[in-house]
Amino acid sequence: MQSKRQRIKLGKEKLQRIIEMCKSVEDRSLDPFLIDVDEIISTVKEYFPEWEIPEDLCLDAETIHRLASVIRLQSEWVKNRSTSLYTDPFLLEEKLARIEKEDIVETFLKAWHPIVELEQISLHSLAEATRYWESLLPLKERWKEFPPAEIETSLATREELIRQRILRDKAFSEELENFWQELKDEVKEKGEDGKIQYWDFVGAETYEETVHRAFMTSFLLTYGYATLEIYPLEEEIFVKPYEKPVTKIGKKQLVSIPIAVSSEDWMKWKKGELR
Amino acid sequence: MSKRKAVYASKIRRATHMLFYRRHKKPGVKGWELRKGLGADYPKVLKILDNYLKALDLQVETVFEEEKTVEKPTLEELDKARFYVTLRGELTPKETKMIGWRIDDLAGLAIAISYIISKKGKASRKEVEELLRDKLPGWKVGLNIDRYIRYGYLTQDDNEQLYLDWRTRAEVDQKALVDLLLSK
Repeated sequence: MQSKRQRIKLGKEKLQRIIEMCKSVEDRSLDPFLIDVDEIISTVKEYFPEWEIPEDLCLDAETIHRLASVIRLQSEWVKNRSTSLYTDPFLLEEKLARIEKEDIVETFLKAWHPIVELEQISLHSLAEATRYWESLLPLKERWKEFPPAEIETSLATREELIRQRILRDKAFSEELENFWQELKDEVKEKGEDGKIQYWDFVGAETYEETVHRAFMTSFLLTYGYATLEIYPLEEEIFVKPYEKPVTKIGKKQLVSIPIAVSSEDWMKWKKGELR
Repeated sequence: MSKRKAVYASKIRRATHMLFYRRHKKPGVKGWELRKGLGADYPKVLKILDNYLKALDLQVETVFEEEKTVEKPTLEELDKARFYVTLRGELTPKETKMIGWRIDDLAGLAIAISYIISKKGKASRKEVEELLRDKLPGWKVGLNIDRYIRYGYLTQDDNEQLYLDWRTRAEVDQKALVDLLLSK
């Protein structure tokens, strides 16, 4: 006599085997009639009173679900076989091998209704085409070669080059020197310990002007007119002007420090939220 | 002639032009195109035209989307369907020669189509080629299959699997073909 525990164990194993079997029929397109539905249902029924905990009841439900899928496959199989178009491929292959080609053609002609289609030109389209032809300009008129426009060459004035933004109205070095002087003045006025907060120096009324000042500051730093002091923990960046330009090349390895000057940062700075 | 009759006579003429003359790369007209050209009652116009064509041994053939055979199609299904004018009766073997088909090529087509039907609409090109090689010279087999594909009777995927294409669906009564072959 089996104990209740042994029976539950055996029942669970049986259900798991059923699930696996149903799954393989589904996944590997096996003949769904390999599964004996009646026998499975009687097994499920037999062990159903033993299930007490939710896990066991889930296993029972899973078995029923898998069995339902197999029954669906069985129904599809029957449907397919019963359709008038179902033919045993071996049978047909046999027939095709035996029939003479004249017979095959004769058979095919009874089931073949070729499409009727005309590609000839109609009187209407001919008249339409003639009208189009009459209104069509000759090629030599349509594809006229346009002579290249004559370009006069002359000297450009400095004002013209500035207008076209090829030259700036001040020489760049002159502009840079002025900007350096501005930095020194600002440090004296607003700075502490000979330096000024980066954003307090580059920040301007408009975003475009701010970007321009950041651009110029980068040249001040690169050409040794000033240096940066960065305090990562405090998230503070200072610009510190030198009294005289310092040539760094050859003495120290130069490093690039990217500083984002986004419009969001500029807005924050305007509101006093960014230092 | 009553006004109503005159309207339908004019619509039938327009439908004939649309159906007989090729308008696109593929022959046939979509239902929505007919609705645009003939009005919402185009199914009725096609029915009248089909009756007229009977005397000429022609018919209006409807091919629904996804190979469906629809008993009572809805307007939406008709709009998506493609309409053709096909031969109502049968061609004689002599006539097929006149329309450019050699007996070998036609027999090959018949075998390819019926084999694919028996394989539930999909068969490997290799299998079909083997079957055709039994009765056609080897060098011709590949060329013929390519020709059937070009004409729209068969289509092939990247894995060299052959399927029935739009022209078979429009021109071949698949059930009749299989029944006739099996009864041979």
